[in-house]
Amino acid sequence: MSAAFVREQTLAPRPAPFAATGVKAWVGQRLFATPRDIAMTMIGFAAFVLLAMPLIRFLFLDAVWQGENRDACAHVLTGACWPFVAAKFNQFIYGFYPADQLWRPNIVFALGAILLVPLAVPSAPWKRLNAFLFLVVYPVASFVLLTGGNLDAEHFILGYFIRIEDHVDLVWHGMRAAFWLDYAFSSLVLSLAVALIGWLFGTPLSTSLKVMVGLFALLALVIAPADADFGLSWVETREWGGLLVTLVVAVTGIVAALPIGILLALGRRSEMPLVRWASVAFIEFWRGVPLITVLFFATYMLPLFLPGGANIERLVRALIGVALFSGAYMAEVVRGGLAAVPKGQYESAAALGLGYWQTMLLIVLPQALTNVIPGIVNNFIGLFKDTTLVQIVAILDLLGQIRSAFSDPNWASPTTLYTGFAFAGAIYFAFCFAMSRYSLFLERRAGASQLRMEANRT
Amino acid sequence: MTDVPVRRARARAGWIFRPRVRSAIIQILLVALIGLAGWYIFQTTRQNIAAQRLVTGFDFFWVESGFSISQTLIPFSENNTYARAFLVGLLNTLFVSALGVVLATVIGFLVGIGRLSQNWIISRLCGAYVEIIRNLPLLFQILFWYLAVLTALPVPRQSISIFDEIFVNNRGITVPKFVFGEGGGFVFGAAAIGILLAFVVSWLARRRTVATGKPLRVWPLNLALVVGLPLACFLYFGVSVSIDQPVLKGFNFVGGLRIIPEFLALLIALATYTAAFIAEIVRAGILAVPRGQTEAASALGLRRSKVLRLVVVPQALRVIVPPLTSQYLNLIKNSSLAVSIGYPDLVSVFAGTTLNNTGQAIEILGITMLVYLCISLVISFAMNIYNRRIALKER
Repeated sequence: MSAAFVREQTLAPRPAPFAATGVKAWVGQRLFATPRDIAMTMIGFAAFVLLAMPLIRFLFLDAVWQGENRDACAHVLTGACWPFVAAKFNQFIYGFYPADQLWRPNIVFALGAILLVPLAVPSAPWKRLNAFLFLVVYPVASFVLLTGGNLDAEHFILGYFIRIEDHVDLVWHGMRAAFWLDYAFSSLVLSLAVALIGWLFGTPLSTSLKVMVGLFALLALVIAPADADFGLSWVETREWGGLLVTLVVAVTGIVAALPIGILLALGRRSEMPLVRWASVAFIEFWRGVPLITVLFFATYMLPLFLPGGANIERLVRALIGVALFSGAYMAEVVRGGLAAVPKGQYESAAALGLGYWQTMLLIVLPQALTNVIPGIVNNFIGLFKDTTLVQIVAILDLLGQIRSAFSDPNWASPTTLYTGFAFAGAIYFAFCFAMSRYSLFLERRAGASQLRMEANRT
Repeated sequence: MTDVPVRRARARAGWIFRPRVRSAIIQILLVALIGLAGWYIFQTTRQNIAAQRLVTGFDFFWVESGFSISQTLIPFSENNTYARAFLVGLLNTLFVSALGVVLATVIGFLVGIGRLSQNWIISRLCGAYVEIIRNLPLLFQILFWYLAVLTALPVPRQSISIFDEIFVNNRGITVPKFVFGEGGGFVFGAAAIGILLAFVVSWLARRRTVATGKPLRVWPLNLALVVGLPLACFLYFGVSVSIDQPVLKGFNFVGGLRIIPEFLALLIALATYTAAFIAEIVRAGILAVPRGQTEAASALGLRRSKVLRLVVVPQALRVIVPPLTSQYLNLIKNSSLAVSIGYPDLVSVFAGTTLNNTGQAIEILGITMLVYLCISLVISFAMNIYNRRIALKER
């Protein structure tokens, strides 16, 4: 049976489509497909040339490369004045840090790079040790190096009630025996008290004692180097500036934000309503207000809230504000990670008989935190950019330092301002771009491993 | 079978092991701790205030401010109170934020769609825009626009003039101002009513389309409502309109409407910065719509514009709206960077000048933070409602 509409012969093949691959096809499809595309390509190309050419001329072709003062740049209208950056370079990087002590921030920079690179490379070994070094040892070392340490701690808790220093006035390498006696006694008493409360709740006395004494011992290891006298001169934070302050604020903010954020995120997911509400209120408050008001709060209100608050240095006050602020943002990042841990993990932990803290510390948090590393890096990028705001409360970060250099009459030239912006922009862009690429790389890697896991499962 | 002896675990303190008792105790401890900390801070603050002889209370609100403000939406002079200064600052914040949100959304959508363009150079340019803007601090960009672009413009005498009507110089942009005579209020009222009616008409038309399946052409009616109504009102009442031309007198322009450079710098920086983030959100949202949706829609014979409008965008919006909300909130909070260039926003006028004049840090910063908190809460509340409306309804 045949129908009239059924073809009986095979059709002759149509001619091959015009260049489906190759450069020609690419140009045809991606640049000049339709009249509208041709117009857009032209406009786009024109825009690129109009933006890029003056930039290249400014940065390289017309730029002045050598000179001692403004005379070198006074006549140039379209090129950068690089001698200005060269002359102010130390100021841009270290602020007014004493010139003969610059090796100290330099060591801090180098140490940071040495510790950070293996931490960032996924295949590098000893991740745990590395993380410990970077998150605990490095901040303490940096503190000692940058400020000079030698805090000269006088009393801990007991000292508020008894003047121990009247009886013991032994000082060893800057560490007062009175303080350390006080510390030992007070921490023992506190540990005992906590252990007793824990005992009421059914935790064996020895366990709580071990944990508490361990915590205090760790704290002592943090305090001791900060208290000891290494013979470094004291450098006040008001002398710091430039990139040094930018990095100090950003890194302190993110390192301090981690524990705050983890606790808040756990609190937000708690089954106890009051704990949950308190965490939500804290998080939403700091996330709801602009960072500037937080910095104003830290500068003007914090001194009123704390006894002797006016004696706290400006930078430290700002750091407290930044830590609270970024802690709230970190909490939301960590919460996302906690939510992504499958319910089975909690249930298995419970089936094994683990308590809340054991479940969290051994099972949930390790998974949650690994998952949110890209989120933490993104958070850090945001914080790094936000550090520029500290100049509004008169702390000179990189941008603030550059801005203040504009008014130097020695370097008043038509392009000083633009050169400064170019330099600042290049540094900020380099940091942020590198970090955002790194976070993207981690996300892709996590995505790939997710796919592998799913493939293995089926 | 032997009985497994069941050990009564720690029966001596059984009640304390009950989860409810434990959680109650922990919560009571937490409240006590917060209360104690609050009380401690309160006491220290009182002592510090007494020691420094600081004034407290909200009486300063009704004191003459004694300063003037460069841009005000409502009349303000030195004789007005701090309360009015607060209002001026708040309105300025809302003004720049509202304009910024609109501009950022427009630029963000354009760039986001541009990044997905088939055209290589357009997608690359949009990509470069996003990467450059996102990786530079906002404050850097605000200062750049302010110091390097706007204040670097020529002095008023050498203004760049556009058709001799608009003058661009380092004091801002001066444009002719329309001055409405008697009855101008009616025209604006009519415009508002027209816009409102247009919304109602669209809504009714959509309901009818859903019910009958027949598309309705409503845009001519809407155009008549939005443009025609105020125009008719204008002609009917015979409202007089005069144009206030800017004129160069001495070193500056007199007359016209001057848009101050601080406002422009802040607006441009906020809009372009937020737009870069919105572009990424839009791109992700469009990519999240499965290809099959577009293909199925074209298989049904829908035109490309309709495919976008009826199939892709509604689904993309579901992904776009939640992060878009947080970008809007960020923009509003970031508008507080105005203080760095002296645009008189809430932080600059209230937490800056007023704080310096009165020294009442606690009251002023408390109110400022509360205002931002309220704005944030109201907007996230509104956006949550919208979000719930467009959410996927699984039937």
